[in-house]
Amino acid sequence: MSTLLAAGGSNLTAARYQMALSLGWHIVVACLGVGFPIVILVAEGLGLRRGDRVHRALARRWSKAAAVLFAVGAVSGTILSFEMGILWPGLMGRYGSVFGLPFALEGFAFFIEAIFMGIYLYGWDRLTPFRHLLTGVPVIVAGVSSAFFVVCANAWMNDPAGFRVVDGNVVDPDPIAAMFNPATPVQAGHMILAAIMVTGYLVAAVHAVGMLRGNRGPVQRSAFLIPFALAAIFTPAQIVVGDAAARYVAERQPVKLAAMEAQLHTEVGPGEHVGGVVVDGQLRGAVVIPHGLSLLISGRPDTRVDGLDSVPADRRPPVNVVHLAFDLMVGIGTALLVLGAWLGLSWGRRRDLPRSRWFLRAAVLAGPAAVAALEAGWVTTEVGRQPWIVYEVLRTADAVNTAPGLAVGLVVLIVVYAVLTFATVSVLRRLGPIAGGT
Amino acid sequence: MAQVVLVFLWSGLTAYVLFGGADFGAGFWDLLAGGARTGARQRARIEHSIGPVWEANHVWLIFALVVMWTAFPTAFAAVMATLAIPLTAAAFGIILRGSAFVFRKSVSEISLQQIFGAAFALSSVLTPFFLGTVVGAVASGRVPERLGAGDVLHSWVNPSSLLGGVLAVGVCSYLAAVYLCADSRRAGEDDLAEGFRRRALLMGVLVGLVALGGIAVLHGDAPRLFGRLTGPALPLIFASGALGLASLALLAVRRYVAVRVTAALAVVAVLWGWAVGQYPLLLGTHLSIDAAAAPEPVLRPLVAVLAGGTVLLLPSLALLYGIFQSDSTEDARV
Repeated sequence: MSTLLAAGGSNLTAARYQMALSLGWHIVVACLGVGFPIVILVAEGLGLRRGDRVHRALARRWSKAAAVLFAVGAVSGTILSFEMGILWPGLMGRYGSVFGLPFALEGFAFFIEAIFMGIYLYGWDRLTPFRHLLTGVPVIVAGVSSAFFVVCANAWMNDPAGFRVVDGNVVDPDPIAAMFNPATPVQAGHMILAAIMVTGYLVAAVHAVGMLRGNRGPVQRSAFLIPFALAAIFTPAQIVVGDAAARYVAERQPVKLAAMEAQLHTEVGPGEHVGGVVVDGQLRGAVVIPHGLSLLISGRPDTRVDGLDSVPADRRPPVNVVHLAFDLMVGIGTALLVLGAWLGLSWGRRRDLPRSRWFLRAAVLAGPAAVAALEAGWVTTEVGRQPWIVYEVLRTADAVNTAPGLAVGLVVLIVVYAVLTFATVSVLRRLGPIAGGT
Repeated sequence: MAQVVLVFLWSGLTAYVLFGGADFGAGFWDLLAGGARTGARQRARIEHSIGPVWEANHVWLIFALVVMWTAFPTAFAAVMATLAIPLTAAAFGIILRGSAFVFRKSVSEISLQQIFGAAFALSSVLTPFFLGTVVGAVASGRVPERLGAGDVLHSWVNPSSLLGGVLAVGVCSYLAAVYLCADSRRAGEDDLAEGFRRRALLMGVLVGLVALGGIAVLHGDAPRLFGRLTGPALPLIFASGALGLASLALLAVRRYVAVRVTAALAVVAVLWGWAVGQYPLLLGTHLSIDAAAAPEPVLRPLVAVLAGGTVLLLPSLALLYGIFQSDSTEDARV
């Protein structure tokens, strides 16, 4: 019995790392699954409208990469639905029915996505160009919808609604209210925009590398411009939505906000902490913008903001991880805004990319940076929710599977995902550079 | 209302076996197709047949999982917690199968194709095996309702689970061989069709024999299930046997389209026989379907979603299969 209990303790760590790794991996390909069809369809649509073969060829070229990414996205997503039960039976057994509805909807969205993806990918020579373009539309609609549905479920974990707990029992479940909980609009909006940005900057980065290597033909140019412009257009919107999300967190999850801002003590009119690390209960090395946090939350310099000390120590998330992840996300988002503005200025003046090679170098960096921002944002919201799996309702420690051996699963998972990452990247690289200067 | 959801759930599971299962079975034949040169045409045929559809077929599994956790959350949690080992193995198999399949298609070097091909084929066999052991565990009543009360090892290492695993691999590869007969002939590859016909006949006989032997296994290992299978579920079991024999006959006379229907129906009869065999219990020896079901306010919107989703889904699936089953062109390249 004592060994069982000991295994239970390490199970929590093993389960959290397993979930973090498999979700952190999936979130990147899932974003590409939402965003890449949009990028590809823009190219195909341009080709159809202008009657040129170049853009159609580019779309077809990209669709080969999309086929690989969609497949690994599908399987890495399936694993998550297994893990929900294998790792967190305490969550699913108790609340599966309350927040299951968006998952059922997501299932159908995924069906539509997979069906039309199959038709789209294999239909290049079987359908007329216009019909082929049309089959891409349900892929986009279903992709965006499934992102929305799955984030509904995650938002519920952050802001659980649609049930009551009476004498320890979950009663009066209302799946609709659960699905449209207060966190849903900001979280879903933030996530869908992130998916488009990650895709845009990542695909553009690949082609920026090609341009830096001297391939500056019109295909390469379009291949860079289409995804980059798409991402850059949505970046300002993302910053607005992100700001709304932060103000939502301030209102509904004050402890998470305190961790994000490294706000250790409850304070009236607190400053904004940029960077810095908490050591021995003191924030060190942070740049403080006077009254900044107060102004960001309410527009007034004298708002009272709860600190981490507003709750007992066993109800606080790990502050450094959340604070640095949040700052990283905001920092990268701001840098991407500047980069997009650079292109916008140049485009406005002379309908061309900036002449400086530094622009392309920065665009290469923007790809991995956007992924880093995505991961950092996800860490912010998920680690910031700890120690709760369902905010202030169910502790993560009480949801984990007590069966022995989850640590073994984690080790195997690390190996499998290392191989999978290596294989995915090498296969994508082998698809090769796009045709030269045609 | 719980019964309605259960019908959707079971229909989804059936579709997963008939379509997704056959995709796994195709991997089984890929494994046995021989060396890189001798097996090349067979592998190309398999790739061509499952390429456009396997992802859609795979979604049936996700569908079944999410419907189960929404409508029967405690049973879902108990199954996943107790059977964590075979389910984790199946999950890894799913990752390997899907990614290796698309990787193989995307690379041109023979050596890489062989590595990815081996991973694809092996995982195509292991995944249904582990999922079959899960079926055996649930059907023989080895998953207790209470979390943490299940035996994580013996729940799936036992005669019924072994039978479930072997039958799953057999059924998947049998269905695949049957489906591939017609696909090969439509593409004008009659020699390949002959090969798949031989394999279908062989596998059909083997699966039949294992199923017959399985009755004896269940008699000793899962008396309740045995009693139900030889009681209320008996008509379905007989129907399955008759359809199985008819399928062998149709294969013998090369009626490849008709045999798709009878072979699939034989499998449907077994799956629904299992459902009748377990009814009205969901788990173990006492958790009934009604007791395990989520309350009405959960089931009502779920049924609405399932009904609405089905209206959207069926024509889409028909379009997909219609496009890729309609002609014999060999141009289905990504």
